[in-house]
Amino acid sequence: MDIPKSFLGYKRENGRAGTRNHVIILPVDDISNACAEAVANNIKGTIALPHSYGRLQFGADLELHFRTMIGTGSNPNVAAVIVIGIEPKWTKKIVDGIAKTGKPVEGFHIERTGDIGTVMKASKRAQELVMWASEKQREECPISDLWISVKCGESDTTSGLASNPTVGNLMDKLEPLGVHLCFGETSELTGAEKVCATRGATKEASEKFMKTWSAYNDFILKEATDDLSESQPTAGNIAGGLTTIEEKAFGNFQKIGNCKFIDVLEPAEEPKKGKGLYFMDTSSAAAECVTLQAAAGFNIHLFPTGQGNIVGNPIEPVVKLTANPLTAKSMSEHVDCDVSKILSREMNLSEAGDKLIETTLRVANGRLTCAEALGHKEFVMTKLYRSA
Amino acid sequence: MATDIIIHDKKDNVGVVVIEKITPKQDCKCWIMEDDSSTNIQSMDEIPLGHKIAMTDLKEGDTILKYGHDIGKVVKSIQKGEHVHVHNVKTKKW
Repeated sequence: MDIPKSFLGYKRENGRAGTRNHVIILPVDDISNACAEAVANNIKGTIALPHSYGRLQFGADLELHFRTMIGTGSNPNVAAVIVIGIEPKWTKKIVDGIAKTGKPVEGFHIERTGDIGTVMKASKRAQELVMWASEKQREECPISDLWISVKCGESDTTSGLASNPTVGNLMDKLEPLGVHLCFGETSELTGAEKVCATRGATKEASEKFMKTWSAYNDFILKEATDDLSESQPTAGNIAGGLTTIEEKAFGNFQKIGNCKFIDVLEPAEEPKKGKGLYFMDTSSAAAECVTLQAAAGFNIHLFPTGQGNIVGNPIEPVVKLTANPLTAKSMSEHVDCDVSKILSREMNLSEAGDKLIETTLRVANGRLTCAEALGHKEFVMTKLYRSA
Repeated sequence: MATDIIIHDKKDNVGVVVIEKITPKQDCKCWIMEDDSSTNIQSMDEIPLGHKIAMTDLKEGDTILKYGHDIGKVVKSIQKGEHVHVHNVKTKKW
């Protein structure tokens, strides 16, 4: 297949390109959700991103909170942002962070004004921004403007056999075209960690990966209340035919094809080393992982699933693929790309990779994903530890 | 072109059943994905969808290769065509 060299995206002030054109209402903290949702309800075409945190966090956990907030607002799929927080200081910190992209952003704080006054002021500004953004047109952008993140979920044997290798095939074909790529799921690489480390493009990247993986693994072992060998693989995994944690991890690992990662990112950290594949330290929970990757600036997500994970994200379109014929049939409203014909050998891996590239570009050009059409907007902040 | 078993990598010593089940003495068609080639095997056991079959005789202590990688060790000898799972293979991790 001749891979198209461009897609139709929204060019942003900082040179990045978006696959979507959202105007978001971003609450700084849990208690500002009501205000943000009221504004989004007033002004059509905006979306609120309610979440559960943002109060009394400290240290690395607070840094991650700010990085996720600022990164989400800075994502090129977002045209403009309204930030609403209870206090002026943290609200301003997030506004200033997003403003570095050059996009319109304005903050409102609720103290001394109350919800109703804040909703009124923020709604007026949100209306101006959404009407401004509505005039933005899609323009031809080089395919290298795609930043593609991947994560699998509700995996079964068909994931390792076919849908994950399909994503790997896409990576092998798109990496030479200069796209940014990202995989995560630190804990689910356990069993394949040593081989994963050898896929670092440099000695430094490999060492950074092992350090990151070890830290996450130590944390899990410290918190575990039972023997992990009883839970990995799970009873369901074993019934489905998976025998060992290594087998499960190598199935997951198929997603990166033959690519090598050039750097290891902190959760929600923006890649800074140019085109290529990055590993991000993330949880293996779907919504948490996608939220972190979106906050790092990735503008389209590929999500292979076996049994049928239904996750979506408010700003980064999540493209689902499955190789499980039963899932493709019984949950067809969730499946953007059906590659189940691999199992019956009616389709080879390269044909499946081509089909996924085609689907990815259609979505990049504006076709809604199943998750978008169904209203999936899971925005889930990662919290590292208890608040003060 | 239908296949009964998929083998990922040429190096692998196990394949995965991709039909509802295979039965003892069944002549199974195998597809090696890596180079899009074909092979055959006669099964010894009934093996359900998603489960593994030994492509060669394996003795205690041998390494199981899938995706071209080490996924565990044989703890009870396995004959070519037999079911490979938790009863005869264990992780090397713990």
